[in-house]
Amino acid sequence: MGIGMTGQERFEQLIASDEKVEPTDWMPEGYRKTLIRQIAQHAHSEIIGMQPEGNWITRAPTLRRKAILMAKVQDEAGHGLYLYSAAETLGVGRDELVEHLHSGRHKYSSIFNYPTLTWADIGAIGWLVDGAAITNQVMLTRCSYGPYARAMVRICREESFHQRQGFEIMLTLCRGTPEQKQMAQDALNRWWWPALMMFGPHDTDSTHTQQSMAWKIKRVSNDDLRQQFVDMTVPQAEYLGLTIPDPELKWNPERGHYDFGEIDWDEFWRVVKGFGPESRDRLAHKVRAWEEGAWVREAAAAYAAKHRKEAA
Amino acid sequence: MTYEVPRTADEKDLDYRQDGRSQWPMWEVFVRQKRGLSHVHAGSLHAPDADTALQMARDVYTRRVEGISIWVVRSDQVVASDPDEADAFFEAAAKPYRQATYYRIPDEVGQM
Ligand SMILES: [Fe+2]
Ligand SMILES: [Fe+2]
Repeated sequence: MGIGMTGQERFEQLIASDEKVEPTDWMPEGYRKTLIRQIAQHAHSEIIGMQPEGNWITRAPTLRRKAILMAKVQDEAGHGLYLYSAAETLGVGRDELVEHLHSGRHKYSSIFNYPTLTWADIGAIGWLVDGAAITNQVMLTRCSYGPYARAMVRICREESFHQRQGFEIMLTLCRGTPEQKQMAQDALNRWWWPALMMFGPHDTDSTHTQQSMAWKIKRVSNDDLRQQFVDMTVPQAEYLGLTIPDPELKWNPERGHYDFGEIDWDEFWRVVKGFGPESRDRLAHKVRAWEEGAWVREAAAAYAAKHRKEAA
Repeated sequence: MTYEVPRTADEKDLDYRQDGRSQWPMWEVFVRQKRGLSHVHAGSLHAPDADTALQMARDVYTRRVEGISIWVVRSDQVVASDPDEADAFFEAAAKPYRQATYYRIPDEVGQM
């Protein structure tokens, strides 16, 4: 710390000079709470996000696809664990984070409250949902909080496989029978708008965005990220020969971007408030798995205690 | 933003206990990527004992052969320097004559 500098001054200097804030640094209480909330929500999303895809592991069409899907779902578990560890550097306990998820005080991304109805949904999720996640997470590698940024670097290295395997599923279906191609189109129809919703409300309606941008937790606005995602994805859909379900989607040569239609914000807020098609089942399943696994955690703790005593 | 859920009007600001409580102790994980390199800190995890911590570290931090050797150390066993004392503790940084670039060697001498 510079001579005579207060914690607050030092924090502001770190942010201004684009240096990372580390766990032992003084930080404003608001910064800490915002980060705990955001990192925890991110961690919970990775964990709950295993369910829609896990749903198809036993029904993957080939052994190759099954091995790939298991690896992807295992990665998402890993992402959840990196992120819980990052949140814990802010002083919050793992038990507390899990309790907040289970009680509903902490939310997770709405996207995981939609059902996976066909195998093509697994393709659409990898391509669109992981694609949207990458757009967001690449930005977060530059987040001002060191442990979060480092977790993001690790995660981004793994996400690219997720998106590519999803696109490959879509490509295989699109090159298959007319029925298979229709399956892919149907999945795109159902996942397109929820994927765009992942970027959150418009910048003008996003109350906390400004503070997060000032703290450099967040470095690109919701609308800019969403535009990036649309611009990146439209040509990929064209390559697949699929139609994006938006009549207003059109290249705008003046802006150098695609114009696109308005999100159904009523649906958006309905799902955020916990009334998504799968909201209740996802959380109930998570709580049940936690409770049914209690004996494993207790047995492991008892085993460790016994061996500690023997060693003493 | 992607995994951040927008706030609703009725969302309550939570007070976190800050007791860091967890059923299992925390371990720091160090991974050696390949022969000839040091073990480098990869992250942390919770595990009931050292053997389980090693197995979990393999699953969490080396799913793509990122390592050929892992160390785990209980986090509460790590002794750290005091961040508030960093300036005094690391004052060696203020001794430029310990750096090679401090010394001017004429160009004619060539690479040194
Ligand atoms: Fe992930
Ligand atoms: Fe992913």
